Amino acid sequence: MTETNELIRLSAAALAEKLAAGEVTSVEATQAYLDRIAEVDGGERGINAFLHVNAEEALAVAAEVDAIRAAGGAEAEALHVLAGVPIAVKDLIVTIGQPTTAGSKILEGWHSPYDATVVERLRAAKMPILGKTNLDEFAMGSSTEHSAYGPTRNPWDLDRIPGGSGGGSAAAVAAFEAPLALGTDTGGSIRQPGAVTGTVGVKPTYGSVSRYGAIAMASSLDQIGPVSRTVLDSALLHQVIGGHDPRDSTSLPDPLADLVAAAKTGNVEGLRIGIIKELHGEGYQAGVENRFRDALELLKEAGAEIVEVSCPNFQYALGAYYLIMPSEASSNLAKFDGVRYGLRVLPEEGAMTIERVMGATRAAGFGDEVKRRIILGTYALSAGYYDAYYGSAQKVRTLVQRDFEAAFTVADVLISPTAPTTAFPLGEKLDDPLAMYLNDVATIPANLAGIPGLSLPGGLADEDGLPVGIQLLAPAKEDARLYRVGAVLESLLEAKWGGPLLQSAPDLAAAVAGPVETLVGSQEAK
Amino acid sequence: MNTDAILSFEEAMEKYDPVLGFEVHVELNTRTKMFSSAPNVFGDEPNTNVNEVDLGMPGVLPVVNKTAVESSIKIGLALNCKIAESCRFARKNYFYPDTPKNFQTSQYDEPIAYDGYLDVELSDGTVFRVEIERAHMEEDAGKLTHMGGATGRIHGADFSLVDYNRAGVPLVEIVTKPIEGAGSRAPELAKAYVAAIREIVKNLGVSDARMERGNVRCDANVSLRPHGRERFGIRSETKNVNSLRAVEHAVRYEIQRHAAVLEAGEPVIQETRHWHEDSRTTTSGRAKSDADDYRYFPEPDLVPVVPSREWVEELRATLPEPPAARRKRLQADWGYSDLEFRDVVNAGVMDEIEETIAAGASASVARKWWMGEIVGRAKAADVDPGQLGVQPATIVELARMVEDGKINNKMASQVLDGVLAGEGTPAEIVEKRGLAVVSDDGPLLEAIDAALAAQPGVADKIRGGKVQAVGAIVGGVMKATRGQADAGRVRELILEKLGVTV
Repeated sequence: MTETNELIRLSAAALAEKLAAGEVTSVEATQAYLDRIAEVDGGERGINAFLHVNAEEALAVAAEVDAIRAAGGAEAEALHVLAGVPIAVKDLIVTIGQPTTAGSKILEGWHSPYDATVVERLRAAKMPILGKTNLDEFAMGSSTEHSAYGPTRNPWDLDRIPGGSGGGSAAAVAAFEAPLALGTDTGGSIRQPGAVTGTVGVKPTYGSVSRYGAIAMASSLDQIGPVSRTVLDSALLHQVIGGHDPRDSTSLPDPLADLVAAAKTGNVEGLRIGIIKELHGEGYQAGVENRFRDALELLKEAGAEIVEVSCPNFQYALGAYYLIMPSEASSNLAKFDGVRYGLRVLPEEGAMTIERVMGATRAAGFGDEVKRRIILGTYALSAGYYDAYYGSAQKVRTLVQRDFEAAFTVADVLISPTAPTTAFPLGEKLDDPLAMYLNDVATIPANLAGIPGLSLPGGLADEDGLPVGIQLLAPAKEDARLYRVGAVLESLLEAKWGGPLLQSAPDLAAAVAGPVETLVGSQEAK
Repeated sequence: MNTDAILSFEEAMEKYDPVLGFEVHVELNTRTKMFSSAPNVFGDEPNTNVNEVDLGMPGVLPVVNKTAVESSIKIGLALNCKIAESCRFARKNYFYPDTPKNFQTSQYDEPIAYDGYLDVELSDGTVFRVEIERAHMEEDAGKLTHMGGATGRIHGADFSLVDYNRAGVPLVEIVTKPIEGAGSRAPELAKAYVAAIREIVKNLGVSDARMERGNVRCDANVSLRPHGRERFGIRSETKNVNSLRAVEHAVRYEIQRHAAVLEAGEPVIQETRHWHEDSRTTTSGRAKSDADDYRYFPEPDLVPVVPSREWVEELRATLPEPPAARRKRLQADWGYSDLEFRDVVNAGVMDEIEETIAAGASASVARKWWMGEIVGRAKAADVDPGQLGVQPATIVELARMVEDGKINNKMASQVLDGVLAGEGTPAEIVEKRGLAVVSDDGPLLEAIDAALAAQPGVADKIRGGKVQAVGAIVGGVMKATRGQADAGRVRELILEKLGVTV
């Protein structure tokens, strides 16, 4: 391995240590990642994790950190632990100085006049922002194929999906194009990509990370969270972005727990870990089920008590989610009308009225999946249907919350596979929305209940050799438990594998340079 | 132009019973907007008092303005409403370019204040209780200006300009229950109700309450039913009636129009109506049915507003005296008779008189000026007296000049005309127009001699003890001096000259 190769494979925590010790500079690290992006992200078979690369600004921030470090003194002492550690940001999160597209044509070329709160916090920590990552349009999808800018490829198999909607962030981290990334999770958009790319992703407790500046899909479900290669790295990043924000009314006033300390606790002895009966078994790929069993075995050996819990209302969770989410989305996306910013399309013929300009803009600017959800949500909120659809879905939401409350009386942490299958081939489910929606069956309940969830690599499925994700769930505001259990499980698994799972991923540089076997693109981009 | 047939008001009243309903929007005078930190200021350059939240930029979130909540609670309390223990905002979804998010954040089924009433006093002192259904919080929309058309409306316009300065300004919408039993006093009640709301929000200090600026805007619902029938007729909603007189006229007009429609055996169309101040008529707006579907749902970006009972009671304790109590106090303070005071209230100049007295005028002088001079001018100009723009200080200055004998009342009235015409301050106008009471006895005596000589018979009568006949001579002198003489002094001099002692 070259020196650069070693540098980009360091965890964020390890890189931070080397930066602090002066063994490597932030400019070197940032440049190494930019080189890696140039090497594997573009071209016909490139990963396509990045929609925009922010090289100049990232290097400038890196140089600033290096200068502060070199000068020493109080300012160097005061540097954040992650200062100089580069990061990628999902393109649903607004940034000054870079375009923000939400993966949609309707925002092509739009530059935000303000920074999201989480971006402000990254800047305050002096983390160089490498660029903006690909996603399903407005985060609507489970495969990143619904991006208007083409799909992202899974670094484990370039002909497979990287999960979604945050496939860009997960793939960037898995492909060593970034040590850290931000994602957003409305129904699993951080955790499911984490599962299928062999990375770690966390959906924090609803309200524990500010949503200000995350382009809303479903306001009551959306949550920004960390994407990384290790549990500790996610804890470090979560600690940067979390905490109260007066600009988000749903932001919790509670101070953030010490998540990094939790990730370093190192034991699960006596902890009650609950298997959710409804979230494994039938409908789950055999290889996924096997890795899940392995994880349980390891936790048991480490002293955890494994219990089984039942959440009977989870059978309605997917249905409720696909009413609440589109309902909120139909309203949240109404602002994209061509009047104030973004794409404006004039009708080709006929009267030039505002209604027709709005209509033409939205018809041309939104992709099929977005339109599908807008139509669904508009219908669900309509007079005469509201009670039957939105109203009933809200009741299910309450029932799901009660199921969790009951489960957490007998278990400290719940566990399940993150996704029912490993990564499926690009294009396979593009024409079958219901099959696509089923990917999120295990992740959605946490969003409905507002509780935190973490996905970490559980190994490779026997039948296809692709990563399997293990999901941990904790009660609201108990994110620390996830880091504690996650870090223990991770170290047990890595001991078994003899190193991180990602070391067994294929050599990308060779793969992306290889021949184009199939051309599978986003239908909406064509 | 409008071609709707109307029945005479009297005939309409003979056959039908009007039912009213009002939605009054009050713009709050908070420092910042309902959900953003942008300034809430009227009249600035378009699109300057906006930030990313007001423009509905991607990713933004609303935060409720605490002062707006406080103001809303105060309004609710002043309207004798219950204050919700917990209430939410909802999204009212519709596409229109004055609404940056294409939904309005408004309270829907959970208003902050509900089930209240307001006792409204009519011109003869009758008190009419108007039941308040709710007062809820919402945000204002931006302001559209339609360019290139003849009417200023969107129809026929070439393009429209939008100013988002008003987008997000906090509003409280006060909705009445159906108002029955007003009969032929419905138009008067309409005006009195809106005036009462305006007075309340002004006294609370929560709104600038200037109707001409749209701080208080009224949508007036009118329906008719035959006498004796319980079921309501179909209503029309006349939008944005923005002066007290217009409210009265609009309700009156709609009663007459509905009556004509019903007389013709046709159904009233449920629709909004536009009010035209120039012709004092309404024209058809858009059809409005109860089935308008705004796809309301609870605003997920906001948490419920939960005013603690302690806070509500604190606010209740700070409420200013209710208007009825205030009127009672002012009448006593000013020493007006019941009739005098009622005239003042009905003329809508109570606040103005209060301000004028505060500026230094006596109660009687203030009343004399407002009731004797200004109300008449307002009527002639077809505006509310307050809209003429007469400053209390002007009246105080005029009154002082009269008192000091610099000018007489007739001149003072001319000076007021000058002030209203924008000619300057009273002092400047007196100077410019060369107005001054002639108090030098010399020229007066000459004029008196001439007047006595001209009417020898009158002079004899006065000498004979008919002192009241002196008026004819005074009149002659005043005419000769073109009104510049001090009439009192003239009278004294005449009587002195004729050797009459009174």
